[in-house]
Amino acid sequence: MERRIKVLVAKPGLDGHDRGAKVVASALTDAGMEVIYTGLHQTPEKIVRTAIEEDVDAIGLSILSGAHMTIFPKVLKLLKDNKREDILLFGGGIIPKEDMIELEKMGVGKLFGPGSSTKEVVDYLKNWFQNKK
Amino acid sequence: MDIENIFQKFQKRDKNSLSRMITLVDNEDPYGIEFLKRFYTKRNDSTVRIGITGPPGVGKSSLLNKLVENFAKNYSFTSIVAVDPSSPFTGGSLLGDRLRMDNIYKFENLFTRSVASRGSLGGLSSSTENILQVLEIFKSDIILVETVGVGQSELDVMEVTDMVIVVLVPESGDSIQALKSGIMEIGDIFVVNKSDREGSERVVQYLNSSLKMKKEGKDFIPPVISVSAKEGKNIDKLYVEIENVKNFFIEKGIIARKKSLRKKKEVRDILRDIFIKSIDIELKNMENKKDLSPYEIAEKIFQKIDFKISEDIWKEG
Ligand SMILES: Nc1nc2c(ncn2[C@@H]2O[C@H](COP(=O)(O)OP(=O)(O)OP(=O)(O)O)[C@@H](O)[C@H]2O)c(=O)[nH]1
Ligand SMILES: [Mg+2]
Repeated sequence: MERRIKVLVAKPGLDGHDRGAKVVASALTDAGMEVIYTGLHQTPEKIVRTAIEEDVDAIGLSILSGAHMTIFPKVLKLLKDNKREDILLFGGGIIPKEDMIELEKMGVGKLFGPGSSTKEVVDYLKNWFQNKK
Repeated sequence: MDIENIFQKFQKRDKNSLSRMITLVDNEDPYGIEFLKRFYTKRNDSTVRIGITGPPGVGKSSLLNKLVENFAKNYSFTSIVAVDPSSPFTGGSLLGDRLRMDNIYKFENLFTRSVASRGSLGGLSSSTENILQVLEIFKSDIILVETVGVGQSELDVMEVTDMVIVVLVPESGDSIQALKSGIMEIGDIFVVNKSDREGSERVVQYLNSSLKMKKEGKDFIPPVISVSAKEGKNIDKLYVEIENVKNFFIEKGIIARKKSLRKKKEVRDILRDIFIKSIDIELKNMENKKDLSPYEIAEKIFQKIDFKISEDIWKEG
């Protein structure tokens, strides 16, 4: 049986709206993926608990608040504590170049800037999944 | 893969292993099937499965979000399975029930899983039963199953669960015709949610009177309760009704009877799967003789077919 890519899309932090996260969630769904959408105000603890219970392949976080340097490493650490480093962590938001490089060094996947298209996200996930198998 | 090891981790209450085993049975992986066979006797035989269904957006998840507090406090382990439809065109699925279920993170003795209905048109995926069995092997006391009540899935939820809560809203009164078709038959408890809005009393009255008519002479008439998940109104009362109906069903042997019927149906489904898959294998190897009628081909296949035992079938994929 063909296995579908399962992705958790969440918007951590207290700021703003979840429009971007919703757009990505429905684009991934249209591309045939199974998307768990949890909306706003997700803490790293909730995100990782959801990822574990749902056994997702990847977690996509939309971060606009500038809290990326605390949230991404925290989620990575919790995944590691739970022996789920196999789950891909990627994201989107307004993230300065040097932060991006640092996060990628820590093991975060691709980070999509404001101008990115949803197709780029879909292609990225499909490629990653293909190579993982 | 070492399924013994996974079972040992189940006994240590490891949710990571539970979650991964659910993925295996959801994908009909041979290891998943092997696990269900090997540890069938280890399941909690008194788990009660409670379905919660109703039209889209009536507040099923919001209601569960309130009810889980009661279940988490009264039972040692409760699981929630939220089924959402897959798109018949792309196969994708947007699983959004967690959006309304923030309380689940307050309790460690809760486990929530979202499930896409996959192939089965509007209904529950064939692996839903398998997922519930894994949760029983994990010794859940209660399993709450949310499905969107459109078409087939509301009948399916009745088959995989022991009792069903049907959720409606005040506006449902306007589509009373729709209520008559099917939904009245499947509910063991009726809930009118969003009672913070106009018109819930009217729907409650209507439900009560038509249930009384339908169930005349029976010893069980489904209770009707109006609640508001938003304001937390009557949630405790609903919980008490759930417990009452559950205990009544256990006492009267209704749940035992449902379990036994369900098992027979499952055996039939598995056999049908084996037959169909075996036939498909034969068909693949069949030379398509132009002048043989389909009947003759079928007879030929029937004479020599070797029905594979399940392991081989699952491996064929
Ligand atoms: N006014 C009011 N709104 C409610 C109540 N319960 C839920 N809602 C709202 O109804 C909408 C749908 O709620 P959900 O809990 O997602 O409903 P659902 O039946 O699970 O929806 P699906 O799973 O998509 O079919 C949300 O906007 C809720 O905030 C209630 O008691 N009163
Ligand atoms: Mg829901």
